[in-house]
Amino acid sequence: MIELRHVTKQFKKSVVLDDLDLDIAAGERVALIGSNGAGKTTLIRCLLGEYVHAGELSVLGLNPRQGRADLLRRVGFVPQLPPPLRMSVGDLLRFAGELAARDPARFEEVAARLGLETAKVRHLPFVKLSGGMKQKILIAIALGRDCELLILDEPAANLDPEARHAFFGLLAERLGRATMLISSHRLDEVAPLVNRVLELDMGRVVLDDRVADDVALAGRIRCRLVLRREEQAIAKALAEWGLSADGLVWRGDIAGPDRLRFLGMLARYVGVLTHIELEEQA
Amino acid sequence: MPRMSDFLPTLRLEVNTSLRARWFAVHALVFGGIVALLFVFGLTESRVLGFIGLSRLLVTYIQLAMAILPIFVLITTVRSVAGDREAGVFEYLLALPVSLSAWFWGKFLGRYLMVFAPVFLAMLGATLWALVVDIEVPWGIFGYYTALLAAMTWCFLGIAMLISTLARSTDVAQGAAFLVWLVMLLFLDLILLGVMIQEHAPAEVAVGIALFNPLQSFRTAALMMFDPQLIVLGPSAYVIFDLFGALGYQIFALAWPTLIGTLCAFWGYQQFRRGDLL
Repeated sequence: MIELRHVTKQFKKSVVLDDLDLDIAAGERVALIGSNGAGKTTLIRCLLGEYVHAGELSVLGLNPRQGRADLLRRVGFVPQLPPPLRMSVGDLLRFAGELAARDPARFEEVAARLGLETAKVRHLPFVKLSGGMKQKILIAIALGRDCELLILDEPAANLDPEARHAFFGLLAERLGRATMLISSHRLDEVAPLVNRVLELDMGRVVLDDRVADDVALAGRIRCRLVLRREEQAIAKALAEWGLSADGLVWRGDIAGPDRLRFLGMLARYVGVLTHIELEEQA
Repeated sequence: MPRMSDFLPTLRLEVNTSLRARWFAVHALVFGGIVALLFVFGLTESRVLGFIGLSRLLVTYIQLAMAILPIFVLITTVRSVAGDREAGVFEYLLALPVSLSAWFWGKFLGRYLMVFAPVFLAMLGATLWALVVDIEVPWGIFGYYTALLAAMTWCFLGIAMLISTLARSTDVAQGAAFLVWLVMLLFLDLILLGVMIQEHAPAEVAVGIALFNPLQSFRTAALMMFDPQLIVLGPSAYVIFDLFGALGYQIFALAWPTLIGTLCAFWGYQQFRRGDLL
């Protein structure tokens, strides 16, 4: 699926990818983690044929520079920061549909599953949408195309809990059919989504680990929390996760792959909590 | 050759994006405004060098267009292309399945249409108005000035695309674009006369530099429409007429800048195709 042999990328005197050797097999879900400047974005840009480099690189059996249009028709990409596109949402969907030979209605279906009615924003410039809306449009374009490789750079960062659940469900539908490369600064953001972790540092792979693959991407977790006392900060955070209060007791469901993020959030208020109950739903 | 399946969507996207861009609004307003002002100030009624009516308006319009259009095309193009690259627009759009040739030439042609359309439509509007109010239309001048503006737009757009490809940041691109325009401006006849006087350079050298400079070749060709003997150029006119003849020079003034624009655009495309896209 992806093969790198002695791939090196240098900007003037700075080596960003350093003699990288890597194999990613079809169907793998890989977390690409590392601090700022580790080389994650540069590696992604090399895979997308946006950077020239030394060494050999092949994606889906193609060279990303020479066979770029044929390759990119089979690759879906969601960037970390939505680009400031001045075109309308309708123009963007149409453009992506024409290039990928796909009906833009498919993108709209995916966007609807993420909770965005594109009919309401079709005439607006993309740049004027909220961060979450932009992310939903970009995810819709990537997942509305039956791609064999998905390159996702912190794809769920701007999504609300409900949209995250829908997004995980969409990824679950592609298990086994698509290889996923999910980039993030933090492992806890992406750990439940993947079965392999690659950590980059100074342009080299410093960790390559297989991880347990037991989390159901489309699953949900039922939560019940009891607070010691009323407190505005935790109430606001729980409400944002979609939980509702009955006195000091909070209940609700979260997306299965979000469990680490959710626990991370709870850890900030651990002194206020007297009871935490999480139950995986069938 | 770009694939039509990628090229046409890219061209249309560039047109649609330009229609929403501030530069296009300013561009359309400036050229539409110039024509409106020329009418308001009654230029069709005034007489200079025996020119009256629409000919007088067109002559003034082309002089103003020659002053504004090159720097406007250079700066707005390098700003938006280099700015889009810096802001991550290219990172996303070039991750979609578009070939590099379709992307580059689709953007180039889309932008060309959007830069040329207001300049031409303003002039066309003036001509149509002249027909309505029964002012005689000098179709020869209108046709040649249209071709001259088309060639001028092509030339400076090609140069701007080359600069945008070579420069890695908006600041550098803007600085380079301004410098190119300034050098061309400095080598209009004022500086050339200075060079000739100071360095005792042969007249052919000075005229050669002037002919090489697209700003000067446009200026001379526009002058030729109302001064067919190029009397205002003095002895240089003899060199031009000996070399080209009147019709030959008019053709040269269209072909040479078009060639410069085309060569620059191709050079820019080669650089774009071979290097980092971002």
